[in-house]
Amino acid sequence: MLVSERTSLTEEIERLVEQYGKDRSSLLPILQAVERKYRYVPDFAMQEIALQLDIHPVEVYSVVTFYSFLHSKPRGRNIVRLCRTIICDISGKENVESAITRELGISFGETTPDKKITLEYTNCLGMCDQGPAMMVNDRVFTRLTPEKAVEILNEIK
Amino acid sequence: MESVYKKTQREGKVLFSSYKRGEGIEKALKLGREDILYELKISKLKGRGGAGFPTATKWMLTAAAKSDIKYIVCNADEGEPGTFKDRVLLTEYPEIVFDGMVIGGYTVGAQKGIVYLRGEYEYMLSFLEDYLKKMREDNLLGKNILGKKDFNFDIIIRMGSGAYVCGEETALIESLEGNRGEARNRPPYPVNTGFMGKPTSVNNVETLASVPKILVKGGEWFAKQGTGKSSGSKLFSISGDCEKPGVYELPWGIKISDLLTIVGAKDTKAVQVGGASGICIPESQFDRTISYEDVATGGSIMIFNKSRNMLHILKNFMEFFVEESCGQCTPCRIGNVKLLEGIEMIENNKFTFSYINQLKELGKTMQVASKCGLGQSSPNAFISILDNFKDEIFNPGKNGGKYVR
Amino acid sequence: MEASMSDKSSTSRSPLSQKGHTIQKQEDLNTIGGSISVEINEKKVSVPFGTTILEACKINQIHVPTLCHHEDLCVAGVCRVCVVEVEGIRTLQAACAFPITSPIKIKTSTPTVRKARKNIIDLLLSEHYGECYSCIRNQNCELQKLAEEYGVDKYTFGHVTKPKYETDKSSLSVIRDMSKCVLCKRCVRTCIDLQEVGVLEAVHRGDQTHISTFMDKPLADVICINCGQCINRCPTAALHANDPSDEIWSAIDDPKKHVVIQTAPSPRAAIGEEFGLGAGHSMTGQLNTALKRIGFDAVFDTNFTADLTILEEGTELLLRLKSALVDKDPNVRLPQFTSCSPGWVKYIEHFYPQYLDHMSSAKSPQQMFGAIIKTFYAKQAGIDPADVVSVALMPCAAKKFECNRPEMNSSGFKDVDYGLTTREMAKMIKEAGIYLPEMPETTFDSPFGEASGAGLIFGATGGVMEAALRTVYELVTGREVPFKNLNIEPCRGFEGIKQASVKLENVREEWKFLEGVEVKFIVAHGTANAKLVMEMLKRGELNDVHFIEIMACPGGCIGGGGQPIPTSEEIRTKRAQAIYSEEERLTVRKSHENPYVKMLYEKFLTDGPCGKLSHKLLHTHYVKRGKYIA
Ligand SMILES: Cc1cc2nc3c(=O)[nH]c(=O)nc-3n(C[C@H](O)[C@H](O)[C@H](O)COP(=O)(O)O)c2cc1C
Ligand code: SF4
Ligand code: SF4
Ligand code: SF4
Ligand code: SF4
Ligand code: FES
Repeated sequence: MLVSERTSLTEEIERLVEQYGKDRSSLLPILQAVERKYRYVPDFAMQEIALQLDIHPVEVYSVVTFYSFLHSKPRGRNIVRLCRTIICDISGKENVESAITRELGISFGETTPDKKITLEYTNCLGMCDQGPAMMVNDRVFTRLTPEKAVEILNEIK
Repeated sequence: MESVYKKTQREGKVLFSSYKRGEGIEKALKLGREDILYELKISKLKGRGGAGFPTATKWMLTAAAKSDIKYIVCNADEGEPGTFKDRVLLTEYPEIVFDGMVIGGYTVGAQKGIVYLRGEYEYMLSFLEDYLKKMREDNLLGKNILGKKDFNFDIIIRMGSGAYVCGEETALIESLEGNRGEARNRPPYPVNTGFMGKPTSVNNVETLASVPKILVKGGEWFAKQGTGKSSGSKLFSISGDCEKPGVYELPWGIKISDLLTIVGAKDTKAVQVGGASGICIPESQFDRTISYEDVATGGSIMIFNKSRNMLHILKNFMEFFVEESCGQCTPCRIGNVKLLEGIEMIENNKFTFSYINQLKELGKTMQVASKCGLGQSSPNAFISILDNFKDEIFNPGKNGGKYVR
Repeated sequence: MEASMSDKSSTSRSPLSQKGHTIQKQEDLNTIGGSISVEINEKKVSVPFGTTILEACKINQIHVPTLCHHEDLCVAGVCRVCVVEVEGIRTLQAACAFPITSPIKIKTSTPTVRKARKNIIDLLLSEHYGECYSCIRNQNCELQKLAEEYGVDKYTFGHVTKPKYETDKSSLSVIRDMSKCVLCKRCVRTCIDLQEVGVLEAVHRGDQTHISTFMDKPLADVICINCGQCINRCPTAALHANDPSDEIWSAIDDPKKHVVIQTAPSPRAAIGEEFGLGAGHSMTGQLNTALKRIGFDAVFDTNFTADLTILEEGTELLLRLKSALVDKDPNVRLPQFTSCSPGWVKYIEHFYPQYLDHMSSAKSPQQMFGAIIKTFYAKQAGIDPADVVSVALMPCAAKKFECNRPEMNSSGFKDVDYGLTTREMAKMIKEAGIYLPEMPETTFDSPFGEASGAGLIFGATGGVMEAALRTVYELVTGREVPFKNLNIEPCRGFEGIKQASVKLENVREEWKFLEGVEVKFIVAHGTANAKLVMEMLKRGELNDVHFIEIMACPGGCIGGGGQPIPTSEEIRTKRAQAIYSEEERLTVRKSHENPYVKMLYEKFLTDGPCGKLSHKLLHTHYVKRGKYIA
């Protein structure tokens, strides 16, 4: 990471710490904000957050790895999460799944070479009445068909 | 692009009846703490998050705990597979949920309410924030609410980050404190030692939503709905093989078969009540009722018709638990893996009945020895599906035909 | 003389995490008279309010198995091995985590309980990679013991055949073999809560959960201070020390090599435990014999260089005081910190590098001895220092790192070749077919034969301070320290942080500037307490303090990371008692009166303490490491 990037990250984290408070209970909102922007929490950011909240870097790492929506390794600019829990699973998830892997040429858990999209599974999105469902970043799309899913992915920048 | 559909299938008498914003708060302030608790007590309202703990008792304990700082937490983590009623309440009826929180704050003496909203529902965050802003403008939140001197209360929203176990109340509190979502030892209970060590009442979205209704219409009225131990009505999240999936408000005590008729389910083989951590009811037991007396549930009803493969369903559940276990305690962390391996053995025809029985015994150990409700309930599906669908799973030829997913 | 005790003992700290308030007394309930009557296995007993079920059972001689529980640490309640039945509660309860606040009925051995425990142990074994007979913890492993207790005769739920994780051998001190980990999190609680270093935590969740470091980096690349406290509390072999005994055996077996060993007092006070003796038996004489029989060519007493350390460090302190009080030198830093604990050295290098100038530049006794052995001793004995292999028996895991520090070669060679822990020494002695307690007692080898008692008490927290005060006070005033039997009680005991002072009056002519000065000192042990001290220093609260002793391990060296397992406050107390009573029997109890030290200054270090040669051989410098993990 470049020095300038580090400085701006530090400043950003300082702002977040100010906003949420210099207390461990601010850890998740801060991590979420960093993740939202970078799609992962860079190792430098974890250390900086630890420093500012007066906790240990490994504790931050431990928290990041605990939650499915936080990541410690770089990923694509957009995160697509397909629900794999039972109702979506029996309502045609498999077809959606193969359509998008074919279309993007990557499997789940991978990122497209142009870093545009990372494909992931997720557990129940709470959209079982409208399955199959998937999340694109923080938006939820339901009643997917293979065709519709691919269309949605094509609209992503 | 409209991404999420509105979906309330049946407007029921209790939660989905008409309600004016702030009505419940007004009533509450008029009643005073003691009377609120009294109304709740006679309403026999039980927590809708799954555990079914009497809400009046929880609030009484929180109110009785000595502390200047207390918290009301709205548990909107809704991670149980097949549950989405809280999503509907929050997006379509935020007024009763938030009013319920304000009333709770008033009753237990809390100054702050925290909504723990699951990360998957981030899309509704700005809507909810706007709604809270409006409440502040109308003095339903903030200082001296509705003119009540010294009643100051505000609500903030905190997001989850994709961890089912954070719906468990102590794991939720850990998460709010910036930790891994690992359930705590109890006692002490959150009502004494909760968020930041302060007395905290954690309530489900639906529980909170019931409170304003109870106050407006009276505890006695509420108690009259439903059956003896199960008062009021219940929101059901119906999904799976039926014509009209969605959220239904139905009275407690409804027969499973009647419910299936209402939602247009045909050719039903099994009903999974209570989500992945619930139990699986076979056709022969469809006359059982949904109530605290018989089959209790936090609201998830998943319907599977005769074409479905029960072992596949079970496997999906167990994969869920293997991943979603917080991993701190032995029975749950390793136990779920063993149960899943057992299912794979069956799939590959590499099992012995004695080992499967051993796994069922393991399941019983997990039910009593796990540290929190996740590991205590994750073997439910394993045990009930293997027991109730023996023939299909262990004697497949008998059923002829193949199952799809 | 006034002695004020700080109330910040290591046990009263509240950890950041949840576990801290697991057992909390509710004030209003406490009025019941403080005790509650409960039924355990149908027997009525009365226990203090808030006692855990586990403690209640222990008081009443009922054994409840445990795995994640450790006396030194806060409650976890995660292994679930200790589950019991409590009447009226559907689920079983973890005895270690359940505080008794009402008159409950407990059953500790019902069929459900026994089956649950057996299942849990079977589950742990199913994921546990390793064979006991080839394991460093064979015969001293809590998992193995549980398996035996519950009559495990087969792997009910299968058994892993391949290690799940690669062993991390990067650290010179601590080896992590996570395929043997049972996830009791004792190491996490040790590293984060007890030591506040914060290297280890559980990462990921569900079946992927394991203990790891920041970004899963090798232990050598993170801010581990090598204290080894996590090893001492690990119930299995998942954490163990980097064992050099094979190399030491080859050196012994090599006729060309002259293998020398120095032994520190703490291992001598504890090694008996490895041979089945209770804690608190000093084995100095027996060990001397055993080491000779094993084949060491010479056995020396580290206390000798402990005395040397006192003279060097004490002189350094007096020089600093002079610079500060007489020369008014703005660059002189006080308080001066002791530097003999390599864990503490690395801690301050990582966490408070801006205060490194406060560190005494004196090397630790181990390293001083190393430098002396390969110079003075080798010359005297007429041996080529290149053929000398210098081993140090230490209670410590960090000593392994210390002797490998690149700057520790002032003799022209690696000053100390191997740091060996008490546990490893015991293993070597056993391998040689020797039962230590049966050995006749013999003395150390010359020319460093005898040491003073001052060096001996280095082993317990406060010991360095006590030894230094005995010498400094006497150097300055010409009189002995004004304490009965020279026992400076305010330095003793296990409070986390001890503070006291001693006034210098009627001083000798050359120390006139110290007349009336009240020397204030602080003694702290465990890096969590070190952190408190450093924060006080940061806040400017210690400007009037002159000397601070810090040991990285709880209890000081007797609780070191290389000491026999298990450890507890009770065991550490007994080890300390063994040291103190051994020292009272000695005739020379002041470092400056050690005749051999005097001899060394006369014959070798002729320009005296803190002189030129001593600076070359006996002093060192530190590295500003910082916290950032690259
Ligand atoms: C694994 C697990 C997940 C849970 N998830 C939720 C949830 O998503 N929402 C909820 O309200 N309660 C959930 N609960 C129940 C809570 O622990 C708690 O009982 C509930 O929030 C209390 O509120 P109530 O009394 O209003 O039901 C969960 C429990 C467990 C063991
Ligand atoms: S039962 Fe499962 S989720 Fe609950 S504490 Fe144990 S491991 Fe965590
Ligand atoms: S850690 Fe314990 S149980 Fe495991 S192999 Fe070693 S001695 Fe045996
Ligand atoms: S040796 Fe000490 S610092 Fe290193 S991991 Fe173990 S407890 Fe932590
Ligand atoms: S490494 Fe040892 S102490 Fe740490 S969790 Fe594993 S078994 Fe427990
Ligand atoms: S010893 Fe009680 S849960 Fe581990």
